[in-house]
Amino acid sequence: MVAPSLKLQDLIEEIRGAKTQAQEREVIQKECAHIRASFRDGDPVHRHRQLAKLLYVHMLGYPAHFGQMECLKLIASSRFTDKRVGYLGAMLLLDERHDAHLLITNSIKNDLSQGIQPVQGLALCTLSTMGSAEMCRDLAPEVEKLLLQPSPYVRKKAILTAVHMIRKVPELSSVFLPPCVHLLHERHHGILLGTITLITELCERSPAALRHFRKVVPQLVQILRTLVTTGYSTEHSISGVSDPFLQVGGHSSKTMTNTSPLSSTQVATNTDTSRNAGNAVLFETVLTIMDIRSAAGLRVLAVNILGRFLLNSDRNIRYVALTSLLRLVQSDHSAVQRHRPTVVDCLQETDASLSRRALELSLALVNSSNVRAMMQELQAFLESCPPDLRADCASGILLAAERFAPTKRWHIDTILHVLTTAGTHVRDDAVANLTQLIGGAQELHAYSVRRLYNALAEDISQQPLVQVAAWCIGEYGDLLLEGNCEEIEPLQVDEEEVLALLEKVLQSHMSLPATRGYALTALMKLSTRLQGDNNRIRQVVSIYRSCLDVELQQRAVEYDTLFRKYDHMRAAILEKMPLVERDGPQADEEAKESKAAAQLSEAAPAPTEPQASQLLDLLDLLDGASGDAQHPPPLDPSPGGALVYLLDLPCAPPPPAPIPDLKVFEREGVQLNLSFIRPPENPALLLITATATNSSEGDVTDFICQAAVPKSLQLQLQAPSGNTVPARGGLPITQLFRILNPNKAPLRLKLRLTYNHFHQSVQEIFEVNNLPVESWQ
Amino acid sequence: MQFMLLFSRQGKLRLQKWYVPLSDKEKKKITRELVQTVLARKPKMCSFLEWRDLKIVYKRYASLYFCCAIEDQDNELITLEIIHRYVELLDKYFGSVCELDIIFNFEKAYFILDEFLLGGEVQETSKKNVLKAIEQADLLQEVSYLFSSLGTSMFCSCWGSLSHHSYSFRNYSEACLACSVHPFAVY
Repeated sequence: MVAPSLKLQDLIEEIRGAKTQAQEREVIQKECAHIRASFRDGDPVHRHRQLAKLLYVHMLGYPAHFGQMECLKLIASSRFTDKRVGYLGAMLLLDERHDAHLLITNSIKNDLSQGIQPVQGLALCTLSTMGSAEMCRDLAPEVEKLLLQPSPYVRKKAILTAVHMIRKVPELSSVFLPPCVHLLHERHHGILLGTITLITELCERSPAALRHFRKVVPQLVQILRTLVTTGYSTEHSISGVSDPFLQVGGHSSKTMTNTSPLSSTQVATNTDTSRNAGNAVLFETVLTIMDIRSAAGLRVLAVNILGRFLLNSDRNIRYVALTSLLRLVQSDHSAVQRHRPTVVDCLQETDASLSRRALELSLALVNSSNVRAMMQELQAFLESCPPDLRADCASGILLAAERFAPTKRWHIDTILHVLTTAGTHVRDDAVANLTQLIGGAQELHAYSVRRLYNALAEDISQQPLVQVAAWCIGEYGDLLLEGNCEEIEPLQVDEEEVLALLEKVLQSHMSLPATRGYALTALMKLSTRLQGDNNRIRQVVSIYRSCLDVELQQRAVEYDTLFRKYDHMRAAILEKMPLVERDGPQADEEAKESKAAAQLSEAAPAPTEPQASQLLDLLDLLDGASGDAQHPPPLDPSPGGALVYLLDLPCAPPPPAPIPDLKVFEREGVQLNLSFIRPPENPALLLITATATNSSEGDVTDFICQAAVPKSLQLQLQAPSGNTVPARGGLPITQLFRILNPNKAPLRLKLRLTYNHFHQSVQEIFEVNNLPVESWQ
Repeated sequence: MQFMLLFSRQGKLRLQKWYVPLSDKEKKKITRELVQTVLARKPKMCSFLEWRDLKIVYKRYASLYFCCAIEDQDNELITLEIIHRYVELLDKYFGSVCELDIIFNFEKAYFILDEFLLGGEVQETSKKNVLKAIEQADLLQEVSYLFSSLGTSMFCSCWGSLSHHSYSFRNYSEACLACSVHPFAVY
């Protein structure tokens, strides 16, 4: 005799009685074995109980897939208890990924057409929860029939099932569209709510439906009005607000039809806002106003409602208010500005999600008139805010400062403050921006360098700050030592102190490699700025020649070489930087050095990348051009490019009328010739080969040729064949220039040559005259 | 609404209702992560949070967390009302509901939810109607027990009191002789 199976409640008790996870698992495994056996034996009487137990176990996280077929059997049974549990099981265990789910379609069809109301309800509920597209298509006619049933209980469910069906199978919209208008005339709230949801869904899917339903808007308004103005029935209301669910539904459907909510003002005045229900309805009106093209007056009303929400003691209401105001701030900026003080107060919230919203909104509210006040508040917030908000706050402040800074000095002060407070959280380009800003504000050089020096002296741990300070001290060290700046109290700074500080940065373990690079370069620059002798600097530099960090080592070697072999060039190389272009690559000493001392390699420093467009400034381009002529860095051409050009070159013999060569430069036996080729199949293309020859007695070394053309032309330089021309007619250097001239603009060419000859470095810049007309016509 | 979860302070799941199709694995993953996130919130924090691309509305009632995931365009404040209404329904049904009621009668909790929400939307705004529907269904369950023990499993297609059901019928479409004058009564 098989032991009678456990009742559900007994099983639950037993499971809860288990002291450990292992014990629980044991109990469950034992019970599942019984359940499986029972399913196999096919006991119809207790099947529902077994499935219920299985569902409980499933909720705890254990596998229950073997119950799927049992759900089918239970659904097909005629007992209500069986059906109830069977449908619940179907909703929990079956989903559209399993093929088994289609098997219940037939049962559902039977139940929908022949079942009593509760059974129909179960079927509809299951269909709307887990119905897949195929099921929906199959059962649409049944559901449609049920829409017309007299009983409201079934009808409301049928309507919402239709909503689900439309979501799954949008084509069914046409089936469910006709009954809607009629359904709106019902009095039953459940039906109305369902109908409104259905209409909303239909309108979302098709603009045709939208047009169709515009007619019913007066109806909806009427419903809302009735709800708001007349007395309410106790069964539908929540704390004095009649059927807030229906009101909310009404508003959201009006959003869909994009009509002006005439009743919004009525709702706003009549609704009791002391409880959440009232606020919910009010909030929905605000959302409606926001989403449709409302008149300005209504939008102001919406903003004011939100402003009132901000003062509400309920945290949730404040949160939705902040979120919605953020959406409105772009379109109704002035209206939202009126609530600025309240928003700023919200920064002090203890709840992180609220303060984050408040921060976003505050940043959006900053404009040129309130920037100083807002910045003060925001900076105060930055000091006390939780760490995950710091990065956002810092970058927000910097951005706002950039857009609205009243004076440069204020801007520099602000950035400085941000760097000292939250230095580790700023974005990488903050350093570059600040250096660029300082570089551009000539009158503030002395001021900036002093402030930075003071800040650095206090604290060398904030990397961005240290980097900027090091760069400034390097550039403007002479101003630092002058000692007289009216804006800060006079500070006597000793040369030795400055050097000591930079050395400290170099040696500190807190400094990143990039920071060290900055410090080392700054030291180098000071060697020309300071009056004292450079032994200390030379010492430091030579120590770092054997540094383990490759970057630092390389720099140190270069600088050391600068001291030893190229001392005459040192001053020129370490001159003050010209102003860098905004949004261009960042200012960089390497650019200068790689151009001047050709023997040094051109590796990039870590935080900044050298770009040859830096050379733009230095090349002083053609007057006609606006300085934007392109040329790729001649120092790192693409090796593959040569191949491409070779393929481009015509295999055919040169064009019938060859353009004569041109000698463009001659000095002490060093000559540069240009030869022109215009391939016939590409009339816009001009290929120039520059040949450098040397008939003198001395070698030409480190020969570099650069070119510039007017803006309307495009220039590409190939890699030169080498950079040495041996003396007495040694192998010449050739370099290919590729010029695209689609507009046939007059060709102008400016060349810059640098090389070493007779132990002297030579630099020549000149424009090529007498360019043959055939080269560009 | 995309889904609703009920879980205890220790993170044990008490009810899960999914209105979007997801695999079992995904459901488990979402549940685990969401439970962790919500339990990590401090008591004074607001009831809304953003998680993945959904808005989560949660509220704690005694030892149970009620957690709903809604879409971007849904109204958070009304969702709080929905949660509250559901708790009220449970309270009315069980009489001062506590977590144990929901544990031991989890299937009833599901049935009540299914009478209040359908497909993620509110289907009935009247508390009275929801509770009445549950009552009738419970009654029907008892009746079906009664009849199964009597050897019949058919009952008439009306809602009525037990006194009507002293007849047995052959198929669903026949109305009860006693209640054919009151078809589809109640509402």
